[in-house]
Amino acid sequence: MFDELRDLYQEVILDHGKSPRNFRHLENATCLAHGNNPICGDMLVVYLTLDDDGRITDVAFQGEGCAISMASASMMTEILKGKTRDEAKRLYEGFHDMCTKDGFDLSELGDFDEDAIDRLTMLSGVREFPIRVKCATLAWHTMQAAVDGEQEISTE
Amino acid sequence: MNEESTAVDIAPRNPQQALPGDNSTAAPPGAYDIERIRADFPILKQKVYGKPLVYLDNGASAQKPQHVLDAMNEAYETYYSNVHRGVHWTSQASTESFEGSRKKVAAFLNAASENEIIFTRGATEAINLVAASWGGANLNPGDEVILSHMEHHSNIVPWQILRQQKGIELKIVPIDDDGNFLFDEYEKMLSEKTKMVAVTHVSNALGTIVPVEDVIRLAHDKGALVLLDGCQAVPHMAVDVQALDADFYVFSGHKLYGPTGIGVLWGREDLLNAMPPYQSGGDMISSVTFEKTTFKKSPHRFEAGTPAIVEAIGLGAALDYVGAIGLGNISAHEQGVLQYASERLQAVEGLRIIGQAREKASIVSFVIDGIHAHDLGTFVDRAGVAVRVGHHCAQPVMERYGIAATARASFGLYNTRNEVDVLTDALTDAKEFFG
Repeated sequence: MFDELRDLYQEVILDHGKSPRNFRHLENATCLAHGNNPICGDMLVVYLTLDDDGRITDVAFQGEGCAISMASASMMTEILKGKTRDEAKRLYEGFHDMCTKDGFDLSELGDFDEDAIDRLTMLSGVREFPIRVKCATLAWHTMQAAVDGEQEISTE
Repeated sequence: MNEESTAVDIAPRNPQQALPGDNSTAAPPGAYDIERIRADFPILKQKVYGKPLVYLDNGASAQKPQHVLDAMNEAYETYYSNVHRGVHWTSQASTESFEGSRKKVAAFLNAASENEIIFTRGATEAINLVAASWGGANLNPGDEVILSHMEHHSNIVPWQILRQQKGIELKIVPIDDDGNFLFDEYEKMLSEKTKMVAVTHVSNALGTIVPVEDVIRLAHDKGALVLLDGCQAVPHMAVDVQALDADFYVFSGHKLYGPTGIGVLWGREDLLNAMPPYQSGGDMISSVTFEKTTFKKSPHRFEAGTPAIVEAIGLGAALDYVGAIGLGNISAHEQGVLQYASERLQAVEGLRIIGQAREKASIVSFVIDGIHAHDLGTFVDRAGVAVRVGHHCAQPVMERYGIAATARASFGLYNTRNEVDVLTDALTDAKEFFG
């Protein structure tokens, strides 16, 4: 029983879930969005600071949710720092595909930091737990909404 | 139906010999034979992830005994037709069975007449019906409707919509930290402006049994009507709407071991016959011309269109089943399981039970420090245990306790102490796993 669950809840995920990185309010955010999943009550806010070239200079989040949603948000903030708006969008789409499609390889996205991609890939275990896919993708949807100038999104 | 494996002795009907809908129930078994009762529920033999299914999500929906499945199959296989219309044998048989279920519901609630029993899609539709029809006709700006802090969203939102339409005020009776209905606060809220008190009989999120007799007495003293949401009450305790002196009572069939898509609105006949139709169409009219339509009396006034015929028949069978075991016996059994579960769960380190009211139905909501309810739900699922996690469609309750979600074990007539042990062990494992 533990083995199957370990595919979903890898140690790194549990670590990020318990001690999320960049878990703070971002004073100088240039955009932010609220995300919530009304089915489970997960809520989070993603803050981003974009410079004039559209590059993400800082990203943080706050909120409450399960280990999967917190870990996913935490890992997302780690990989996004320094990325352009377009790169963020590619990562968002790639992450979404990884969570919902079999055999999708995130490393094929190209020139991203290998360790960060490896960490994101650990969340691919949600594919076997369909009800939990939204937990993993909530932060990414919220980030994309913030970058697109939307204030609020909801995954159902 | 296999007599050997059936705890509840209800003779199968043969439509060749008698029209359905008139089957009588045998005397309830002397002792609570849990193994025989469990054998009546085919799904309880199911394994999930290779483990026996431990179904503790009865508050969301209960499983169905073979008797209900057989009654519905029998209807489709031997006498199904539309009701209230045909001169042919199948239509008469279906009508008798369908209307027989209405009689069973009336007896189940001790209603004064089966004309007081309206079949709806569920409790949600029943509340919407009262809010739209009675509320629409009787409420005026400044009138007040009292709800409790423990309501399911289905007993909040219809009244909010009415507030928008009619300019009424909503007052919310608070609860204490244990989840008790604060009766003194309720008493202070009542006034001549109060027209309706719509409260749950048993809280779906906390298990609290609300002292509805006193709620009704005080409301009536002020001339207000009372609607009770009985979804979580009727599976666990006998309800007598006349003894309660209630005005409206609603419940859904699927939480009472019956099918989905069928629910009940009971209302006092004089109130119902003074209410305008909710939906309109066929089967609810006395006569139609393009100039004028006159409506039937209750219940048909409120049952426009072809009803959920076989679902109603299934609900009747569920009432037979529950009645044959006896709600007193069910309640005694479930209270034993509840007490055992409360003790065992409280012994899990870091576990906190949300809702410890003085009187509770067999529902235990809980949180564990440092583990989100969703992660708990996924974890125990792999041990074969089905619990509900989330806000239970009662977000104001979650907000009252400052939490986003709980895990909830809700016990039905077939649950056992052994199943409580499986849940407790899985939670203990979860503590270790999530660290």
